[in-house]
Amino acid sequence: MTARLLRRLAYAVGLPGVLFGLWWLSSSDSQNIYLPPLSRILATFGEVWFSERLIDDVLPSLGRLATGFALAAVLGVGLGVLIGLNRTVRLATEPVLEFFRAIPPPVLVPILMLFAGIEDTMKITVIAAGAVWPVLLNTVEGVRGIDEVLRDTARLYRLRGFTVLWHLVLRSASPRIFTGLRQALSIAVILMVVSEMFAATNGLGFTIISFQRGFAIPEMWSGIILLGLLGVALSLLFRVAERRALSWYLGLRRAQRDDG
Amino acid sequence: MILTSPVRGAGTSATTLGALGVAGLAVVLELAPRLGLVSTVYLPPLTAMLGALAAEAASPVFWFSLYETLRGWAIGLLLAVGGGILLGVPIGLLPVVRKATASTIEFLRPIPSVALVPLAVLLFGTDLRSTLLLVVYAAFWQVLVQVIAGVRDVDPVAMDTATVYRLGLCARVRRVVWPSALPYVLTGVRLGASVALVLAVTGELVIGSPGLGRQIALAQSSGAIATLYALVLVTGLVGMLLNLVFRAVERRVLAWHPAVRGDSVR
Repeated sequence: MTARLLRRLAYAVGLPGVLFGLWWLSSSDSQNIYLPPLSRILATFGEVWFSERLIDDVLPSLGRLATGFALAAVLGVGLGVLIGLNRTVRLATEPVLEFFRAIPPPVLVPILMLFAGIEDTMKITVIAAGAVWPVLLNTVEGVRGIDEVLRDTARLYRLRGFTVLWHLVLRSASPRIFTGLRQALSIAVILMVVSEMFAATNGLGFTIISFQRGFAIPEMWSGIILLGLLGVALSLLFRVAERRALSWYLGLRRAQRDDG
Repeated sequence: MILTSPVRGAGTSATTLGALGVAGLAVVLELAPRLGLVSTVYLPPLTAMLGALAAEAASPVFWFSLYETLRGWAIGLLLAVGGGILLGVPIGLLPVVRKATASTIEFLRPIPSVALVPLAVLLFGTDLRSTLLLVVYAAFWQVLVQVIAGVRDVDPVAMDTATVYRLGLCARVRRVVWPSALPYVLTGVRLGASVALVLAVTGELVIGSPGLGRQIALAQSSGAIATLYALVLVTGLVGMLLNLVFRAVERRVLAWHPAVRGDSVR
């Protein structure tokens, strides 16, 4: 048992360890100012980010990200249910929605700057406006795909209003909704960084770009690493949330696969 | 998706409704600024946007920018697809390699590629290569993950048959693994293509490498609002067009795919 656990651990940390070691060794006496030694980057990491920057730059960024993402989720699911339940509305909005989804979200930054300046409102709007489309379109598809038998059963039992919405519609659509939310999360992170790089006075994207402009190279690298860690942490968090919310669905899928 | 839709028969009315939706949006975009609901400074009427679009279409700069964007997109996507397939096939085939690389892939994949913007600027300036770095990084993971999934999904019976017929490694990859992985690969390419476009435009917008993104930033900073909207419209249209093309290609190949399988079952 422990042997198997050890082997799994070795598989999990083996290659990352080797890559990390290679980076460490190959950069240890690097004279290239663009590629400073990893040891220096890591030392800088502590200095730069475990300071007041954590409160001045990292927290505002995360706040905007959370608010924008939450807005996108609520709007996307709400509108998606409305559109998905009504065939006429769905067919009428389909081409328009496909078009909005196809617009690369970062180009919304210059447009929304016109409406909302460069303050938090703009960034939250940009994040929400870019991240809403995958949620919306996946919710529409999920609502469309509700099992006919379940729908008839709900009708037979005269379930109405909120009960149907919560137990039938949202529940059936939830696997698709989560697919949309996952795509939305990575778009939201991109938009958080881009909106701050484009126009801001604080935030992660702004800080990293100013490091680069000031040729503070190890600091810039530490910022890149922080953004990477943020992306990884968010995707892990999301997976935990998904596994909890969709445990019924994942179990069902596994049972079906074992049967078949 | 197409099969489960019971209303496909009502194709004409679906088209009509879609056209009505587009027309409705056009009317709103025209009337909201004209009636003073939104300031024309922020949202010019649709006709003004289309006028600016026509003016753009007459300027060589616009076509050159469009070409630059598409070039960055295409080269980046090609590199990502090539790399994804080259690495994905062996990773998917060999369980040991798969186990050893899983944690690394899971770690590198969610890193937002815009985090590489400052690095790209330092290394390549406002060159095409800056955009390429972002595009390749973003699209590569989409392709790789799909290729690995596709190679893993190969029918074990087909593999055993190949063993019985003593197919060599090359023949096995080409005749057994590749055809069954193809649907996954194409999905990966389609996903990668749309991500690549987003990152190509983003790179141009933020870094200032030549392309539609830079034109958008220029239009914004010079206050040419109608042009700004016209260019955003173009990026949306390009995105939609590319998506349609990739879906059509995918449908063709997938139509071929089950047909071949059906024959072999009979």
